[in-house]
Amino acid sequence: MGNIILQMQNITKVFPGVRALDQVNIEVTEGEIHAICGENGAGKSTLMNVLSGIYPYGTYEGDIIYQGQECRFHNIKDSEHKGIVIIHQELALVPYLSIAENMFLGNERATVGVVDWDLTNQKAAEYMGIVGLRENPRTLIKDIGMGKQQLVEIAKALAKDVKLLILDEPTSSLNEGDAKNLLDLLLKFKLEKGITSILISHKLNELAYCADKITVIRDGHSIETLVKGKDDISEARIIKGMVGREMTHRFPPREHMIGDVAFEIRNWTAYHPLYSDRKVVDNASMVIHRGEVVGIAGLIGAGRTELAMSVFGRAYGTNISGELFKDGKPISLHTIPQAIQAGLAYVTEDRKGNGLIIPDSIKHNLTLARPEFISERGILDKDLEVHKAKDLRQRLGVKAPTVEQLVANLSGGNQQKVLVGKWIFAQPDVLIMDEPTRGVDVGAKYEIYQIINDLVAMGKAVLMISSELPELLGMCDRIYVMNESRVIAELPAQEASQESIMGYIMQDSKKEIGA
Amino acid sequence: MNTVKSKFKGNLKQYGMLIALVVIIVFFNILTQGRLLKPMNVSNIVFQNAYVVILAVGMLLCILTGGNIDLAVGSVVALVSAFAGQFIIVWNMNVYLSIVLCLIIGILVGAWQGFWIAYVRIPAFIVTLSGMLVFRGLTLLVLNGMTLAPFPSEYLMFSTGFIAKDAKMMLFGLNINIVCLLAGVAIALIFSVIQIISNQSRKRKGYQADSGLALALKLVIISVALIWFFALLAQYQGIPSVLVILGILLVVYTFFTTKTVVGRHIYALGGNEKAARLSGVKTNRLLFLAYVNMGFLAAVGGLVFAARLNSASPLTGQSFELDAIGACYIGGASAYGGVGTVSGTLIGALIMGVLNNGMSILGISSNTQQVVKGLVLLGAVAFDVIGKMNLSLFAKRKKAVAAGRET
Repeated sequence: MGNIILQMQNITKVFPGVRALDQVNIEVTEGEIHAICGENGAGKSTLMNVLSGIYPYGTYEGDIIYQGQECRFHNIKDSEHKGIVIIHQELALVPYLSIAENMFLGNERATVGVVDWDLTNQKAAEYMGIVGLRENPRTLIKDIGMGKQQLVEIAKALAKDVKLLILDEPTSSLNEGDAKNLLDLLLKFKLEKGITSILISHKLNELAYCADKITVIRDGHSIETLVKGKDDISEARIIKGMVGREMTHRFPPREHMIGDVAFEIRNWTAYHPLYSDRKVVDNASMVIHRGEVVGIAGLIGAGRTELAMSVFGRAYGTNISGELFKDGKPISLHTIPQAIQAGLAYVTEDRKGNGLIIPDSIKHNLTLARPEFISERGILDKDLEVHKAKDLRQRLGVKAPTVEQLVANLSGGNQQKVLVGKWIFAQPDVLIMDEPTRGVDVGAKYEIYQIINDLVAMGKAVLMISSELPELLGMCDRIYVMNESRVIAELPAQEASQESIMGYIMQDSKKEIGA
Repeated sequence: MNTVKSKFKGNLKQYGMLIALVVIIVFFNILTQGRLLKPMNVSNIVFQNAYVVILAVGMLLCILTGGNIDLAVGSVVALVSAFAGQFIIVWNMNVYLSIVLCLIIGILVGAWQGFWIAYVRIPAFIVTLSGMLVFRGLTLLVLNGMTLAPFPSEYLMFSTGFIAKDAKMMLFGLNINIVCLLAGVAIALIFSVIQIISNQSRKRKGYQADSGLALALKLVIISVALIWFFALLAQYQGIPSVLVILGILLVVYTFFTTKTVVGRHIYALGGNEKAARLSGVKTNRLLFLAYVNMGFLAAVGGLVFAARLNSASPLTGQSFELDAIGACYIGGASAYGGVGTVSGTLIGALIMGVLNNGMSILGISSNTQQVVKGLVLLGAVAFDVIGKMNLSLFAKRKKAVAAGRET
């Protein structure tokens, strides 16, 4: 085959507390479609952000060699100048501008700053023809569907004279037909224009369809590169590469003492808050016992968070239906305060956005959900608050000099402990923990697992959502698998393996596509 | 030692503004050859700024909910004073009944704005901009474009009067209002006793308490400042009635923001609305109540100001909203919400007030005064922003040094 167009050598990228990429190597040949796959959080997107200059030179270690030259990109403009264009999972289009305006945004057809709109629209029509987008260039972006928007992004990349096109999960929000169109377009570019593509996806059937090479990334390491026609690129083989890792002493031991049913969700259905015809949870049922850790596995967008939040006092979704039982008695939770009073807690996956008040102190964050525990008739007892906060800080091992410390100044792991602590303070019976170890390092993960073990030892029930399968397998007594808004399987921990869970998801996705 | 240091650092912004206030007072007192702190002028400063403090406290709560401001405040002040004039002067209604009705009107206005902001989620800027026009227009309609005057003395007493004006006697060779002086001493005493008792109870329960020396020092400074202030007032006519209203409001709102669950929830709402909602805070209702409260305090401000002018004029209260917003920001409130204190707001309002008063005594034109006030506002906020920037730059540099050491 052709020349090597891109080499990324020993790329290491460290975020506070996390090593997102560790000595990653990847080599892309000119004119190929190179797929990168890995679990959520394996470091795929981080790697592409390094390549495109979003994380500028100097914030990572290692070398990028592109077309035989070492490159030091300081921003996106630098990489685009060289013909490297990245299309993100969340499209970067302006909804109230037209297709043509979006296509030439930052790349305007202008002389001395005055835009030539006729030329812009004509050129836009040209590129739209190439990608097979039949629309008026003057149509606003908000008026066309996701599939067409994706095509606009690709046309935009062509307008920048792209040589290396990077697509981050391009088909995640497309239906089967649009997805196939898109992949065919990539194949066409490869043949007709010699454009090299890097495709990030975890839809393995797509990779098998169009990729020439597949590089597997796991936990920030590049594991292997499989070549089509030379190596086995079956789904089973790729899954093995994605998940196969050692699992010794990563989880603290726990005595399993499972009691009565603590919480039950029956026939739970919820719809998207904006697109009220889209089901986000479809007839889901679950049972959680006292002293039990129950896991929910699934890909991003499978409906796990939506299920948890809609149960938690209808914090998300519309047209919610279904029944909830706590300790065998039916309950109805219409507001978040009701859910908290009923003994539920929801530890959010997004600690900065939805969980903590970052510019406030540890003690204020810890007591926020149940101020009645530190007040009498609405009047706060601040001394009691400090006292209780100190106790909790010690119990959870939050590393901070005082409880007056602002949460903003804590590391990710310690922030996560404060978030968990806030809900422990609320004294719930049922804790729903959404990605409880996201973005924290291995040491802090272990400590959080220990906290979870302590909670269930006290007879509480924990429902744990996680995208890290080893974590679910290591921590849970039972695992539910969700896909496409539905609960598709329930497995006791002994019977579950990473391969079997991924297998269920792949099977179910295929059924969906076949239907 | 460490905690003292961190405590000092944490309060630096507020102490910084307090120090700035003291510096400004000393500066103008020297420039005006002592006229600034003449008893009569101190009394004047209280009268001149009472309404700003009242409005600023209401504005603070709105700003705390997430940087929301109320541009309609000046118009609501005008509307309420117009109704006061209509009720009392034109219709000869009972003064007390009129005051209650005016407060209810303020609350209704606040509920109107709060409804659109909190439940329909129209940005506060737009709702209150509309309110600014609507309530100014209603003022003109009520007054028919005319000015109503004068109010009966029974009404003026609440704002421009003095408490026990005639209780005067000669003391240390000065003609002193003894009630005022005693009130100052009593307030200093009560404050000290409360502080000592709460510190003792903290010690008894085994919580962290101030050391005896630190507490004594704090109480002496505050008591001396309080008694000195009241002694100055005593040399003139005594305690202005409006100071009583102010004092009550400041105590109540300080207590509300620092000691109650609802007060805590307001800070949480401004700090991170989504997190607050997921923690069971009723965010919409709180936002609504912040504006209802603003309406109530705007009505109080309107009543006070109408008495000070001794008339109800359609032009009353123009740009009052800007004074109130400025006081909050100078006093350390964050433009994004979640940060700010009642005491800081009081200091912010006083900085503006003393600047105004001092420059007026010096005969500086009001045009120049505006320029100075504008620059002070920008300067105060820039001080805050740049201070934070330095901190984060410093932290980054420290990190970079640490990283360099690792490799």
